[in-house]
Amino acid sequence: MQKFDEMYTQLPYEFFTHGAQIRDHYKIYDEWLARQPGDMMAKRREEAEMIFRRVGITFAVYGDKDEDGAGTERLIPFDLIPRIVPANEWRTLEAGLAQRVNALNRFLHDIYHEQEILKAGLIPREQIEKNAQFRPQMMGVDVPNQVYSQISGIDMVRAPDAQGKGEYYVLEDNLRVPSGVSYMLEDRKMMMRLFPDLFSMHRVAPIAHYPDLLLETLRESSPATTAEPTVVVLTPGMYNSAYFEHAFLAQQMGVELVEGQDLFCKDNFCYMRTTRGPQRVDVIYRRVDDDFLDPTVFRPKSTLGCAGLLDVYKAGHVSICNGVGTGVADDKSIYPYVPKMIEFYLGEKPILNNVPTYMCRNKDDLGYVLANMKDLVVKEVHGAGGYGMLVGPAATKAEVEDFKKAVAANPSGYIAQPTLSLSSCPTFVESGIAPRHIDLRPYVLSGKTVQMVPGGLTRVALKEGSLVVNSSQGGGTKDTWILEDDRSAAARAAQSQSQTQTSVDTSAT
Amino acid sequence: MLSRTADHLFWMNRYTERAENTARLLDVNYQTSLLPQSDAVALSGWQGLLSISELMFSYKEKHGEINARKVMDFMVKDESNPSSILSCLTAARENARAVRGALTTEVWETLNQTWLEVKRKVKDREFEDDPAQFFDWVKFRSHLSRGVTVGTMLMDEALHFMRLGTFLERADNTARLVDVKFHAVESDFYGTVNVKDQEYDFYHWSAILRSVSGFEVYRKVYRDVIKPERVAELLILRPDMPRSLHSSLNEVVSNLKMVANDQSTETQRRAGKLRSELEYGRIDEILATGLHAYLTQFLDRVNDLGAHISRDFLIPTPV
Repeated sequence: MQKFDEMYTQLPYEFFTHGAQIRDHYKIYDEWLARQPGDMMAKRREEAEMIFRRVGITFAVYGDKDEDGAGTERLIPFDLIPRIVPANEWRTLEAGLAQRVNALNRFLHDIYHEQEILKAGLIPREQIEKNAQFRPQMMGVDVPNQVYSQISGIDMVRAPDAQGKGEYYVLEDNLRVPSGVSYMLEDRKMMMRLFPDLFSMHRVAPIAHYPDLLLETLRESSPATTAEPTVVVLTPGMYNSAYFEHAFLAQQMGVELVEGQDLFCKDNFCYMRTTRGPQRVDVIYRRVDDDFLDPTVFRPKSTLGCAGLLDVYKAGHVSICNGVGTGVADDKSIYPYVPKMIEFYLGEKPILNNVPTYMCRNKDDLGYVLANMKDLVVKEVHGAGGYGMLVGPAATKAEVEDFKKAVAANPSGYIAQPTLSLSSCPTFVESGIAPRHIDLRPYVLSGKTVQMVPGGLTRVALKEGSLVVNSSQGGGTKDTWILEDDRSAAARAAQSQSQTQTSVDTSAT
Repeated sequence: MLSRTADHLFWMNRYTERAENTARLLDVNYQTSLLPQSDAVALSGWQGLLSISELMFSYKEKHGEINARKVMDFMVKDESNPSSILSCLTAARENARAVRGALTTEVWETLNQTWLEVKRKVKDREFEDDPAQFFDWVKFRSHLSRGVTVGTMLMDEALHFMRLGTFLERADNTARLVDVKFHAVESDFYGTVNVKDQEYDFYHWSAILRSVSGFEVYRKVYRDVIKPERVAELLILRPDMPRSLHSSLNEVVSNLKMVANDQSTETQRRAGKLRSELEYGRIDEILATGLHAYLTQFLDRVNDLGAHISRDFLIPTPV
């Protein structure tokens, strides 16, 4: 099978041919690495772990226990070797991501209003209306900016094309509560602390302003009636696996971190309970799934949300970000239609590739999948976090047989894709530096405009040969560097200049 | 500020303060136990320590006889004892974790680091190897979290609720300490004839003073030999003694004023009244009415203040 590595032009990399096999944008890094003493990486890793533990950058694994049985807090494995992307590649990705997220938001608005795309026959109606993630309560509800997914995490992978060059593909859209952005920010902070000299040798595009962009996006998403919106982050609580991130983002934005019990709805408005009495809430950045948002509408026993919230939302008196019902657009059974959505709503050709996908609900596709399962990746339509999937080439015969039965019993619950040879990136593992498979999750923010910081979170499968990058499945993270060239640096400078200019103008009037 | 956030901040500091006071108490008891003394006297020290914290029953249920080593283990690292140092530091950190966004990074990291280290110290049996050093460490971490709090936190509601927790807990802990230590020698409170007993008395009173870092303070304030009624006066009535009841109540009143809301008038009145009584009280009057009775009602009133603060600010008002 063809392989593609981000740093080396061919694998296995041979050390004595040093330099010759290094891709251009990794050359400075490679030379730097060659100059370091042998135990440097191990020392730096130890230092990083100590700092992460003290800072408390942890995640919880469901059903897991520490050695001493005391808790379930784990450090996210952080890799010291950055994933480097040249500016020209990022420019294409950025344009493609904005295009894709725009189309997905147009699609959501359409599905909950006129349903033109169904009328045009591009997507079978029952695939929407029978979808568990479709929320009929949202029909005809207007949301600010007509944007449903304010924060979108688009999972990208890179795989070799026929010529052996790396080609980006969208693997999955995450439009419900995509997580991981705090690791992106903390990884960068850690890298700058551990390797300041590397940053003076490279022009790494900064990302630390993400919380500002996020706050701006959330404020832009507030109901039209408020001039000074009160924004909160809604968390399921400190035992949730992503609690660190919820607390981190609330702190970075300077807004309250609330739990369901802190909120109540009265007279069609939402309030939080404070030491000085009730205070109105205008925008809720929720990190709680739809199902738990409002016990009077969704799961009646949930205490994570707030009774009556959906009515207040529908009345337009509070914004919920991401909106209710976005799951219908990021479902794996809808994914194959995204390129068509882009053409339908925007009249543009899709910039980013989709991975070819077999929909088992189609008879022909089902036959192909059952016959070739050992070469395919099969995914449950509603699965997430690396659960409920089969990687054919890595599975045992028995596992394949079991999955065949499951697929045959419920074909519309599954899709399948060819096993992509995900690109690899050198990673510091127990045995030294070795290639490991990676993906990339950029975070796309949609308020009045679409914005994003350069790059995203690179996740790495730490086990040799593994293609599963999820942190719940032994995945780690890497800092992602978008290297600026003159063009991108100039664009950034122009942007910050025009921002200063505008603020001068406003103060003058 | 969210009521729940205020609640976590308040309890975070109560637990930190409690851990420090428990360490102080254990340290003094441990130091005293190294002096030549009868078994009965040694035992009474550990007994007092358990009754101070109202833990006699749960200790006996678990360990039966009183034994220095076991009492120390119980008070330091027993996770089933909610007042053990380990439990308090864990609870402080859990509360901090729940509201880490309301804290500065430095405050959070200090509490988190304390928790990480106390777990390691217990696991590595560091406390068994050198109890005195361990107690010093607990005190040091408490100094550190206090310092990082006043040194980095914005002086807003969050800080006031934290300080409220600290001083309410301190008032409680000092009152308990005075109560049990005076109780232990109640029978011969004034004028012991026996020289040996007088010596014992000296160590007894100086131990109390040391447990609140008050030995040097006493010398400085009174320039005299150590007399029980002055020890009591220092720990109860002196406004300039940072661990006294009067000083703690001053802080409670001023922090309460900073967070006052529509429904807290009665709480403020009660706190102010308690403070005034300390301000205008005299030690001879207190001793005449009985120190134990005095401290018992004081503890009840501190408890009542805690309940009122909780009701006015921390428990979400029903819709």
